[in-house]
Amino acid sequence: MSAIDSFRHQFLEHSGRRLGQEAPWLSLVRRAAFERFLDRGFPTTNDEDWRFTSVAPLASMEFSLDAGNPVQGSSLLKAHLGNDWKRHEIVFINGRFSPELSAIGALPSGVVVQSLASALESHPEDVEAVLSLNPAEGATVFSDLNRAFLTDGAFVMVPEGVVVEHPIHIVHVSSAKRPAVSHPHHIVLLERGAEARLVESYLGEDGPSYFTNAAAEIVAASGAKIDHYRIQREGESTFHIGSERLLQAAGAAVQNHSFSLGARIARVDIHGLLDGEGADLTLNGLYVVKGTQHVDHHTVIDHSKPHGTSRELYKGVLDDAASGVFNGRIIVRPGAQKTNAQQSNKNLLLSEEALVNTNPQLEIEADDVKCAHGATIGQLDKDALFYLRSRGIGREEAMRILTRGFIADVSERIRIAAVRDAMRRFVFAEAA
Amino acid sequence: MLEIKNLHANVDGREILHGIDLTIRAGEVHALMGPNGSGKSTLSQVLAGRETYEVTEGSVTYLGQDLLAMKPEERAHLGVFLAFQYPVEIPGVNNTYFLKAALNAIRKARGEDPLDAMDFLKLVREKVKLVELDEDLINRPVNEGFSGGEKKRNEIFQMAVLEPKFAVLDETDSGLDIDALKIVANGVNALRGPERAMLVITHYQRLLNYIVPDFVHVLSEGRIVASGGKELALKLEQEGYGWLEAGARP
Repeated sequence: MSAIDSFRHQFLEHSGRRLGQEAPWLSLVRRAAFERFLDRGFPTTNDEDWRFTSVAPLASMEFSLDAGNPVQGSSLLKAHLGNDWKRHEIVFINGRFSPELSAIGALPSGVVVQSLASALESHPEDVEAVLSLNPAEGATVFSDLNRAFLTDGAFVMVPEGVVVEHPIHIVHVSSAKRPAVSHPHHIVLLERGAEARLVESYLGEDGPSYFTNAAAEIVAASGAKIDHYRIQREGESTFHIGSERLLQAAGAAVQNHSFSLGARIARVDIHGLLDGEGADLTLNGLYVVKGTQHVDHHTVIDHSKPHGTSRELYKGVLDDAASGVFNGRIIVRPGAQKTNAQQSNKNLLLSEEALVNTNPQLEIEADDVKCAHGATIGQLDKDALFYLRSRGIGREEAMRILTRGFIADVSERIRIAAVRDAMRRFVFAEAA
Repeated sequence: MLEIKNLHANVDGREILHGIDLTIRAGEVHALMGPNGSGKSTLSQVLAGRETYEVTEGSVTYLGQDLLAMKPEERAHLGVFLAFQYPVEIPGVNNTYFLKAALNAIRKARGEDPLDAMDFLKLVREKVKLVELDEDLINRPVNEGFSGGEKKRNEIFQMAVLEPKFAVLDETDSGLDIDALKIVANGVNALRGPERAMLVITHYQRLLNYIVPDFVHVLSEGRIVASGGKELALKLEQEGYGWLEAGARP
C-alpha cells in the first residue's frame, strides 16, 4: 500500500470514528482538507515548489497512526534546552498531549495554554475561527493532510494587552517502534497588544523512520508582539514537514526563527501574511545539515497592506553530501505602498559534495516600495583559515570558529539565552 | 634558531624564491629589504606554512627541527609568529575570543593549562597598553572595520599576547603614519630580548630608524643579494635598489 492509500484508509476510519463525536464544522473542515489533499496528491519534482525536494521516499511508505509503545520522551526533553530557564512547557508525544511531561505552571490572568483537544471543548469558537480563515492561503498538500487528521496540539491564547513574561515552550517528541505519522497542530492567538515569546521544538529519536507532519497557525491581532523560535531536531531517519502560517493585523510585530538541524528530509513552509497597515515581520533561519540530510525552507512574505516592513535572513551550513533549498518569495500587493522588504540567504558549504539551491523571488505590484534581496553560496575563507592556523589554532577548531562566525548574526538575534546557548551546543556538538 | 638553506619556492608553478640562505640566531633582529615583487612576502608566507606556496628545494631548520614539515599551527606552537601584511577580517568572530583560543591552543600543545577568563583578561589589559589599542576594538570581530593602522597594531598586540620565539613582521610599517609607526615600533622593541629573534620585512628604511636591526639583508628577484649591518639600510635609502638589481644579474 502506498502512503496515499494508507492515508485514505486511515482517514475513513479516523473520521468515521469521530463522526457524531465532534462538532459538525470540524468534520467539514477535515473532509474539505482531505479532498484538497487527494486532489493534489503528493508533490513530485515536476511541481515548481518541490523541484529540489523529492518526497518519493515518503510517498512510497506506509505510516501508522499508532506509534506503538512509545518510550517516554523525558530524556530527549532534558537534553534539549536544559532546565535553567523559566517557561510554561506543554509536551506532546507522537501528536498527543502528555500531561505527565508538561509543566505549564502559573500563567498571567486570562492566558490559556492547553491542548488543542481540550480547547475544542473549552474554546470551540476560537479554534473554529482560526481553522475557517481562508484555507487556501498558505495551505500546502501537507498542511491539508495535517488538518484532515487534526487531533491535538497546543492551543495558546493571550488576551488583550497581556504580556506573558516567560516563554511558552511547545514540545513535540516523536518516538516510534514502527513507521508512524503524527499530525500535531498548534494554534496561537494573541489579542490586541498582547505579547509573548514562543518556542516550538520538535525532538525525535534515531530509529525507525517516522513522519512528523506539523502545522502551526499564529495569529497576531493589531499591535500584538510575538517572538517565535521553531527548533527542529528530529531523529536521523525522520521525515519532518512543517507548515507555519503567520497572520498579522495592523502594527503587529512577529519575529519567527526557524532552526533545522535534524531529520533525513525536512521541509518547512512559512507563510507570513501582513494583513494590516504597518505590520512588521522578521524571518530568521538557520539550517545545519550533514551526512545525506536534506533540508528545504520555503518562505512567503505577503505584504498586502501599506507601510509593512519585513526582513529575512536565512543561513545554511552544509557538510558532507547534505543538500539544502531556500526559496524566499516576497509579494507586495497593489496598494501595499511604502513596503520595505529585505531578504538575504547565505550558505556555507563545508564539503565538495554539499549542495544548495537558493531562489529569491520578488513579486512587486506596488510602485512606492523598497525591496532588496541577495543570496550567496560560498566556502570557508581560505585566508581566514590560514590566519587562525598561523596563530596556533588547529584546522578543525579553526573551521569551527569560522563557522560559528558565519552564523553569529543569526544566533545573536535569539533573545532567549537558553535557546541561544543550546543552539550553539547543537550546531557545534559541544558539551553543555 | 632559524637556518634557511637554498630555499626555492613556487606559486602557481612560477618560481619566486630562487635559493635563499639565511641564518638567524636567538636575540637577533634581521631586517629584510627589497623592492616590490622581490619575494619578501613569499618568504614570510612560506615560513608561516601557507599551503599555496610550494617549496621545491632547500630546507628550513627551526630549533633543530624541519620547519617545512610542520602544519601552520604546529609552527605557532613552537613559537613562530607572522604579523601579516594584510591582516584578514573575520566577521562574526570576536577578537578576544579568537586570541584566547589561539593562546590556549599553544599552551595546550606545550602541556600547559589553559588560561581562565580572568587571567586572560588581565593579560589582555596589560598587553593592549603596549600598542595603545582601544579596548573596544579588541572586543569587536577580528579586524572588521579596523583602520589600516589599527589592523597592524592588532597584529603586534597578538604577538605580545602569544609571546613567540621567532616573529616575522611582514611590511608592518606599510600604510602607517609616523605616529602609528612609532607605536608599532615601541610595541616591537618592548618584545625584543635575548630569547627572541625577529625578521622585519620592509620596503622602506624608515621603520629601521625605530626598530634598529642587527643585520640587514637585501632581497632581489628571489635571492639575497647583499647582507650587512644597519648602515646597509641607509645606503639603500640614499641610492635606491637599482644598483643591487643591476649587480644581481649575471
